[in-house]
Amino acid sequence: MSRQSNRTTDSKKMNSELFTLTYGALVTQLCKDYENDEEVNKQLDKMGYNIGVRLIEDFLARSSIGRCQDFRETADIIAKVAFKTYLGITPSVTNWSPGGDEFSLILENNPLADFVELPDNHSTLIYSNLLCGVLRGALEMVQMAVDVKFAQDSLRGDNVTEIRMKFIKRIEENLPAGEE
Amino acid sequence: MADDSLFEFLHMEIVSHIFNEQQSSKGELDNKDRAACISLLEAMGFRVGQGLIERLTRDTPSFKDELDIMKFICKDFWTKVFRRQVDNLRTNHQGTYVLQDNKFTLLTQFSGGKQYLDQAPKYLAFSCGVVRGALSNLGLESVVTAEVSIMPSCKFQVVIQKL
Repeated sequence: MSRQSNRTTDSKKMNSELFTLTYGALVTQLCKDYENDEEVNKQLDKMGYNIGVRLIEDFLARSSIGRCQDFRETADIIAKVAFKTYLGITPSVTNWSPGGDEFSLILENNPLADFVELPDNHSTLIYSNLLCGVLRGALEMVQMAVDVKFAQDSLRGDNVTEIRMKFIKRIEENLPAGEE
Repeated sequence: MADDSLFEFLHMEIVSHIFNEQQSSKGELDNKDRAACISLLEAMGFRVGQGLIERLTRDTPSFKDELDIMKFICKDFWTKVFRRQVDNLRTNHQGTYVLQDNKFTLLTQFSGGKQYLDQAPKYLAFSCGVVRGALSNLGLESVVTAEVSIMPSCKFQVVIQKL
């Protein structure tokens, strides 16, 4: 009976495991396909980008969030709403650059890396690099060019997992010729 | 607690990656290459299924027989992985089971009808692997295939291999 009663939380957890394991299977496959970790990192970023450009639509439709006034607001929304919705975690936003165009997301526990241990011969593999691509792709669709990369990764022996985000420029809207 | 849509997006990317990879190295795909892609996806799913069932059956009492296992797959496993129950389970009592899902999760984004019917196998290979992996870790070696006649309804055929 106890299994019945907590079905909803259980099934949520199960789904997350499905996602985590599937992601693991993907990384394993990529490591087989490519000879070096650099290439795997690049591929993960590319796939993330493809996901990001579509995920943003899903996100905007569900969250009814409008345009952000500045990069600080963007950072807040990413950490408190987007990460919460899709991964169920809320990273903390820290290390603002004086100009306000760079910040870090600190992830306490990375759901993508739940059951993972990196072998020694993959020390340059950025396991969760998909996330960078997702963030970059999603922000590009709201006219922000942003540079995203892992500054620290607990899988590679760092204390925390840190994603560094740097605002590059606002993308001008290019209206097709002949439209107002 | 990853959101469902995340898995769906990831799955789509995996499928297109595997196929693009083959295409760029081989040029045009013939049937054999396509089969190779499908079995690659199936193998990825297999590993995922193994992992999932281990975690799912942690506190379930052990199963009586084969049918009991299949019922578990149709109810608990399906609900947790594909978020609904199998609509219909049929068997010939000789090791062949047909699981029918009238609204299979990974096909609901496709337009109904016949337009994308030829694309369906790509998007089912991974799930077939998941089911086979789950059964394998419950001690049943099987062959799992899927078949779609009208989107988004799908029939999985499980043939248990007798040793």
